[in-house]
Amino acid sequence: MNAILELESVHKSFGGLQVTQNVSFAVMPGEISAIIGPNGAGKTTLFNQITGHLLPNSGRILFQGHDVVGDSPQKIVAQGIGRAFQIASLFPDETVLDNVKVACLSRLDQTRRFWRPVQRFRRATERAHAILEDLGLEKQADRLAFELAHGDQKLLDIGIALVLEPQLLLLDEPTAGMSPEERQRTRELIKKLWKAYDLTLVFIEHDMDMVFGIAQKVRVLQQGALLAEGTPDEIRNNKEVVTAYLGEA
Amino acid sequence: MKSGPKFSAAVLWTLMILGFALVPVLMRSSYQLNLASHVLVWGLFAVAFNMLWGVTGMLSFGQALYYGLGAYFVGLMVEYLGSAWYLPAIGIGMLAVAATSFLLGLLVIRVGGVYFTMLTLAFGQLAWQITFKWYDFTGGDDGIQGIAAPGFLQNPIAYYYFLLVLVMLSIWILKRMAYSPFGLMLRCVRQNPERVRFLGRRVRRNQLRVYMVSSLFAALAGSLMAGIDNSIHTDMFFWTTSGEVILMSVLGGLNQFFGPFVGAAAIIIIEDIVGAWTEYWSLIIGSIIMSMVILFPKGLVGELHQLKLRMMPPKARRSE
Repeated sequence: MNAILELESVHKSFGGLQVTQNVSFAVMPGEISAIIGPNGAGKTTLFNQITGHLLPNSGRILFQGHDVVGDSPQKIVAQGIGRAFQIASLFPDETVLDNVKVACLSRLDQTRRFWRPVQRFRRATERAHAILEDLGLEKQADRLAFELAHGDQKLLDIGIALVLEPQLLLLDEPTAGMSPEERQRTRELIKKLWKAYDLTLVFIEHDMDMVFGIAQKVRVLQQGALLAEGTPDEIRNNKEVVTAYLGEA
Repeated sequence: MKSGPKFSAAVLWTLMILGFALVPVLMRSSYQLNLASHVLVWGLFAVAFNMLWGVTGMLSFGQALYYGLGAYFVGLMVEYLGSAWYLPAIGIGMLAVAATSFLLGLLVIRVGGVYFTMLTLAFGQLAWQITFKWYDFTGGDDGIQGIAAPGFLQNPIAYYYFLLVLVMLSIWILKRMAYSPFGLMLRCVRQNPERVRFLGRRVRRNQLRVYMVSSLFAALAGSLMAGIDNSIHTDMFFWTTSGEVILMSVLGGLNQFFGPFVGAAAIIIIEDIVGAWTEYWSLIIGSIIMSMVILFPKGLVGELHQLKLRMMPPKARRSE
């Protein structure tokens, strides 16, 4: 089986600071995997390079076999890489439903329609309700996005990304800032979505219950370099990782 | 921005149209007709402007450019070609503005935020300067007088109804747009352009579209103004004209579709009342706007809406 995402010696530096050092790995289709590492290890920077927000200095990033380095974020989204952000990126003054619906309308290429009211676009509306159902946000559909609890905002962000039917979904700290109960719920939800939407999922996370609970593969970054890669058990027993990052855990 | 229940929307439309339609019947002097006409024209101008600012978040300080262009197309064509050209001039003016706003839009939209505001101001002032200096063609500071509408439209009451129909039609079209997917897209562009790009949509293209739409209706408002006082003036291009619609939007409420229309009516009526007993009316208007912004930042319509929400049981609020 061919990898869906393949990084080949990706390198990025800001001045003298090496933020990504010669990183290579391959993500298999359907895999759910985690990227861990201390703050400043270059995890988000790596995501930014995959989604076209940052240009690597060298190396290749292959998505489904072709190099996406140099493509704009829009173009990369269109090719099937979705992303949810560390800080939920929403349309705060719109309803929860409209946040998802605008994504549905975009997907159906109906955002240029200027006469019929938004409510009368049936396909987009049904799709948006279905996604909210999957996220467990259906009851909040008519609330404004900024009124949602922090955790729900992050779920909504994932929901918007799901509308675009990505094959590969990148989640940047999906449970950051959540209460223990919210974490638990989000963990289960993400696992459910991964199955229901047939996703390949890569997430950055500090919550070790989530990492070792649902990831099939874990990659450890340290100072921009890939320190280790393996199954959760291998990573847990890797001496280098334990000293560098897991430490007391 | 959310649309209220259908029923109350229909009632509001009916009341508004009926109210304006009854002005010629109930008025005690032709002056009141003139006042109502000004409210309609400025109301349209302000609502069109707010599609740019309140909806899409683009604060243009130069919509007077298009307002003036609309007026001068009518004024100049009637002056040089005769009053039969009055109605065609409205259409030709709008076509010209469509082209102008497209070309200028390509330029001014490339720069964001305050630079957009300054650039639009510069182009507006440029047009004012040209109109002002080119005395032989535009009449310069004298403006253009005696612009006669053709045929039965010379009757002020007939012209008023003509105005009322066009203004209400335009506002209805703008309202449809505001609540369509296109309008939702525009609001999203204001709130989070980065996310819009991530939906695979182009921010600038949507900004250009709404810039053209707003300018087109500003031009229509300007051209309709030419027939009310039968005269136009270079002031229509001046930056204070652009400033006036900004004030109207703030006073009425940026986040409400009808806010700027109500703001326009409020400013014109206050100007009229206060202007009757003191020449320092602009001081009073200034104080009113200042207190509004500090005490009621959501504007007249916005605060009323808020009050209505507060008095409703929480459950009903959901569908509001």
